[in-house]
Amino acid sequence: MSDIITYDEKVLIEENGFDDHFHDHHHEDKYKSNFISTYIFSMDHKMIARQFLITGMIWAIIGAAMSIIFRLQLGFPDESLAWLKPLLGKWITINAETGIGSLQPEFYYALVTMHGTIIVFFVLTAGLSGTFSNLLIPLQLGARDMASPFLNMLSYWFFFLASVIMFYSLFLSTGPFSGGWTAYPPLSALPQASIGSGAGMTLWTVSLVLFVVSVLLGGINYITTVLNLRTKGMTFWRMPLTIWAFFVTAILGLLSFPVLASGFFLLMCDRGLGTSFYLSEIFVGGAALDFAGGSPVLYQHLFWFLGHPEVYIIILPAMGLVSEVMAVHARKPIFGYKFMVYSILAIGFLSFIVWAHHMFMSGVNPFISNFFVVFTLIIAVPSAIKVFNWIATLYKGNLRLNTPMLFCIGFVSMFISGGLTGVFLGNSAIDIQMHDTYFVVAHFHIVMGIAAFFGMYAGVYHWYPRMFGRFMNETIGKIHFWATLIGAYAIFWPMHYLGLAGVPRRYYRFDSFDAFSSFSSMNQFITIAAIVVFFAQILMVINFFYSMYYGKKMTTKNPWGASTLEWTTPINAGHGNWDGNLPVVHRWPYDYGKNGQDFIPQIAPMAEGEEDSH
Amino acid sequence: MTTIVIILILIVAAVILFQIGKLTELASKIRGEEEVELKKNDRTALYCLLFLIGFMIYCIWTGIIYKDIVLWYGPHTSASEHGGLLDSLFNVTAFWTGIVFVLTHVLLFWFAFKYRKKKGVHQAFITHNNTLEYVWTGIPAVVLVYLVASGLVVWNEVMPDVDPNEDYLEIEATGYQFAWDIRYPGPDGKLGTKNYKLIDLGSNSLGMDFTDEKTHDDIVIGTPEFLLPVGQKVRVRITSKDVLHNFDLPHFRVKMDAIPGTPTYFIFTPTITTEDYRKRLKGHPDWEVPADEEEPDGLKRWEAFEYELACAELCGKGHYSMKRILRVVTQKEYDQWLAKQQSFYLTNVRNTVNDPNDASLLKIEIANRADEFLAAVDQAISTPDDVSDDLINLEHVFYNTGSAELKEVSEYELDNVASVLNKYKQVNVELGGHTDNTGAADANQALSQSRAESVRNYLVNKGISPERLIAVGFGQNNPVDTNDTDEGRQNNRRTEMRILTNNNL
Repeated sequence: MSDIITYDEKVLIEENGFDDHFHDHHHEDKYKSNFISTYIFSMDHKMIARQFLITGMIWAIIGAAMSIIFRLQLGFPDESLAWLKPLLGKWITINAETGIGSLQPEFYYALVTMHGTIIVFFVLTAGLSGTFSNLLIPLQLGARDMASPFLNMLSYWFFFLASVIMFYSLFLSTGPFSGGWTAYPPLSALPQASIGSGAGMTLWTVSLVLFVVSVLLGGINYITTVLNLRTKGMTFWRMPLTIWAFFVTAILGLLSFPVLASGFFLLMCDRGLGTSFYLSEIFVGGAALDFAGGSPVLYQHLFWFLGHPEVYIIILPAMGLVSEVMAVHARKPIFGYKFMVYSILAIGFLSFIVWAHHMFMSGVNPFISNFFVVFTLIIAVPSAIKVFNWIATLYKGNLRLNTPMLFCIGFVSMFISGGLTGVFLGNSAIDIQMHDTYFVVAHFHIVMGIAAFFGMYAGVYHWYPRMFGRFMNETIGKIHFWATLIGAYAIFWPMHYLGLAGVPRRYYRFDSFDAFSSFSSMNQFITIAAIVVFFAQILMVINFFYSMYYGKKMTTKNPWGASTLEWTTPINAGHGNWDGNLPVVHRWPYDYGKNGQDFIPQIAPMAEGEEDSH
Repeated sequence: MTTIVIILILIVAAVILFQIGKLTELASKIRGEEEVELKKNDRTALYCLLFLIGFMIYCIWTGIIYKDIVLWYGPHTSASEHGGLLDSLFNVTAFWTGIVFVLTHVLLFWFAFKYRKKKGVHQAFITHNNTLEYVWTGIPAVVLVYLVASGLVVWNEVMPDVDPNEDYLEIEATGYQFAWDIRYPGPDGKLGTKNYKLIDLGSNSLGMDFTDEKTHDDIVIGTPEFLLPVGQKVRVRITSKDVLHNFDLPHFRVKMDAIPGTPTYFIFTPTITTEDYRKRLKGHPDWEVPADEEEPDGLKRWEAFEYELACAELCGKGHYSMKRILRVVTQKEYDQWLAKQQSFYLTNVRNTVNDPNDASLLKIEIANRADEFLAAVDQAISTPDDVSDDLINLEHVFYNTGSAELKEVSEYELDNVASVLNKYKQVNVELGGHTDNTGAADANQALSQSRAESVRNYLVNKGISPERLIAVGFGQNNPVDTNDTDEGRQNNRRTEMRILTNNNL
C-alpha cells in the first residue's frame, strides 16, 4: 500500500518517551547474571511466560495421551491393550487364555480424572492465563516487568511443585486419584470406596492447594501491575482487550480459588481428622462409619463456587487473545470495543452467581434452582454480544488468513457451537434429562476445552515471534489448524447424539445397558478422530520446538503491523523490555485502517484535530 | 512389531509434512512473498467456504441418521407424563439455537471468505455501532427470556414434592457400590424406617429398623426387574448407602442424585407400558434387527426392549454396571405381581437371631392370619361338594400345659372364627380338640374335650349362638404327625374347625 506511513520508533520512544531513569542506576546488566537466574529462577516475566507455556505443553501432551488411552477403551472395548502393558504395568490385566489385555476399570477412572484435572488446571489455567498474562501484561501496558517479579517467579515455582506432586501421584501403587476431576465426596473422602481415594487423593489435594497458591501469587501480581504500572497515557480505555481479559480473569481467580482451597481443607479434615463436614450415615466396605450430620452437597457448593468462575478463568483470556489477534489480522478495529469490555465485566460478575447450575440434579432445593437458571441464561447475553462483535470485526476487513487468524475464526465457531448447547443445559428442566450425559461432555469440551485451546493457539502462533524471535512454520500451522478444527468437531459433534440418547458420561463400557450399547461404530469413529487430532497436536509441538531454532527469523520489530506496545520493543528484548525510555501512549490500540492508513501504533501522537476512535 | 511399523509410518509422515512446510516457505521466497501470500490467502479462504458447506451438511446429515435413535423425537418421545413437557421444551430450544447456529456460522465463514486480503482493497474503518449493539443485545435477551420462562414453568411443575393427600405410590431406591436395591411399601403403603447402623449385609442390607411396624410388610425386590403400573403417580424416594449415585431412568426423563444421609425424591407418572413402547419401536429399521447378533432368529431388538435404570453419578469402578430393569405394566398385571411379592422381614428375618421382636404375634402376622383364615373358609364354602377343605386348623389357639385354659394369644385366631361365623350366618362348625400321646389316653380324651369346650365358650361369649357350635374331643386318636419328636407332638396338639353345613348353603 502506498499510503502507509512508517513511524520512526526511535523518535517516538527515545525522544517522546517517558524517562523512568531505567539506566541511571546500573550500567551493567543487573538482571542477566548467570544461566540459573536467566533460564530457571528467572524473574523476567517473558521467561516466566515461556516457562508456563512449556510446562503447560508438557502437561497437555500427558493429558491428551491419557484421553487417547481411555478413548481406546471406549471405542474398542474388546480389543487387546496388551501393547500398553510396558507403560501401564499392572493396570493392564492380560487374560491368560485369550491373551487379551484389558484396562482396569480403576485405572480407566484414574485416567478420566487426571485428564480433567490436568487440562483444566495445569494446561488451560496455568498454561494459558499464566503464559499470556505474564507475557502481555507488562509488554502491552508499557511496563518493565510485573509489580513484583519475585512473587511472579514464586507463582511459577509453586505451579512447578504442584506439577511434580501430581506427576508423582501417577505412579502410586494404588494409582492416582480416580473420583472425577470434581472430586465429590464421599467417593473422594473414603479410600474404602475407591483405591484412588487413598494416597492418590492426598497428593491430588496437596498439589491443587499448591496450585491455588500459584494462581493467587500470579493473580495479585497481574492485578497490581494493571492498576499501577500502566505507562504514561495508557488509560483504562486504551488498554487492549487482552489486558482487560487478563485483569478480570485475575480478579475472578483471586476471589474464587481461596473458596476451593477452603473446600479442600474441610475435605482433608474429613479424611484425616474424623470430622463430618461432608459425610453422613455411610456404610462402606462392610462397616457403618461414624460420620453424621454432614452434607456432600456443601462440598459441591464450595467446589462450584470456584468451578464455575474457573471456566471463565479459562475462556476469558482466550477471548482476549482472539479479540486482539483477530483485529490485527483483519486489519480492522475490534467492533464495539466498549461493549466488549462491558461484556467481559458482565461475564466476570455473573460467573459468580451461576455456580449451582452444575447441581440442578444434586438434590438441592428445586426452588433455589430458579435463580440459577435466570442468571445462567443472562450470561448468554454478553457472550452473544461478543460473538456478534467478532463476526462484525471481520465484516469489510482485509483478512490475512494465516494460522493465528484461522484459530481465531475456529475459536468463534467453537464458542458458538458450545455456547448454544449451554442454552439447553442452563435450563434446569432440560437438564433433568441432560445432566451427566455425553451432551454435557460435548458442551464443555467444545466451549471451554477446544475453544480455549484455539484461543491459546492463536496466541502462540501470533506472539511466537515476540517470544522466540522467529516464526512458526505456516504450512504446518495450517495443517495443524484444519486437522484440529475438523477433528475436534468429528470427536465432539457425535457426542451430542450420545447425550440425546441418554448415554451417561464416565462409563467404562456401554454394553451392560441395551439403551447405551448401540453406538459402538460411533464410539470407534470418535476414538479414531481423537487419535488424528492428538497427532496434529504433536505436529504443533514439533513445529514449536523446531521453529525455535530453525524457524524463519524475525527481521523487523513489528512483523504483523500491530499497533500495541509489545511490538515496539527490541527483537530480543532483555529484562526491562525497552532499552531506553518507556513508550508513551496516545491512542487506543485498534486504529487499523483509520484515515486511510493501514495502522497507527499506540505510541503515535494524535494528529491535529484527531479524536480517540471509540 | 505393528507398533514399531505404525511409529515409523508416523515419523515418516511427520518428516514429509515438515519438508512440505519448508518447501512452501522456500518457494514463497523465490516467487516473491506478497504474491504467494495472496494466493495462499485465496486458497485458505476457499477452504473456509468448503468447511462451512461440509460442516452444515454434516450437521444435518447426522441429525437425520440419528433421529430414530436419540430420545426426544420419533419413537423415543417420553414415556412419562412430565417428560412430554421436557421434550417440547427441548424442541423449542433446538429450533431457536438452530437458527442462531446456522446464521452465525454462515456469516463467520462467509465473511472470512469474502473479506480475505485482496490486492488494492482497503479495509473499512468501523469501530462501533451502538444501535446494532442494542439490537443484538435485545434479540438474544428476548429469546432467552422466553426460553427461561417456559423452562421455569415446567421446572416448577415437575420438581415439587407430592401433596400428602394425593394418590401416589411411594417406592424407594437405594444405591450402593454397585447396584440398586428397590423397596416397596407393602399393603400399608408406607416405607418403614431405616438406620444405616443396622445394616447387616447378610440379613438386613438396607438397615431397616424392624422395631418399626411399617417395615414389617416392606418388600425388597429380589429379581432384576421391578414393576410399576401405568398411569400411577410414583414418588421414588432415593437414598444411598455409601457414595453419591444418581437414579437415572432416561426413557422417563427421570434423574436425581442419591446422597448418603439425605434422602431425595423424584416424582413421575409412567404413561406407556413396556409392551406399548415396544410396539412404538416396531418397524423402525434400527429396531428390526436381531437383539443378539449371534442369534439371528431370536428376538428382534424392539421385542427385547426394556426400560433400564442406570447410575448417572460417578460412584467408583463399577459405576457403569448399576443396572435394573423397570417394567411398566397394566394395573391388573401389577396387582398380580405385587401379590406374589413377600415381606422381606417375614421371609428372611422373623424368628431368626436377627429378629429384634420377640415371638409374640405382630400386627402384621395377626392381619395376615386373618386374611389367610378367611381365604380358607371362603375356599371351603365355595366348594360345597369337596369336603377335603372343610377342616381348618386353628393354628394360633394355645392352652396352658395340661389345662383347658386358653392362652391369651388365642384370642386373635378365635376372633377370626367369630368374625367368619358372623359373616356367614348359615355356617355351623364343629370344634375338635386333639392331643398328643403323652400320658393316659383317657386323660387326653377328657383334656381334648374340655379344650374344645373352652373354645366353644369363648365364641359363645363373643355372641355366637351356642346351637351353631359343636365341641368334640378326639383325644390322641387322630395324630397328623409323629409323636416321637417334640415338633411332631406339638403339631398333634391342636384345635380344628370343621365347617358343617356346607351342603345347605
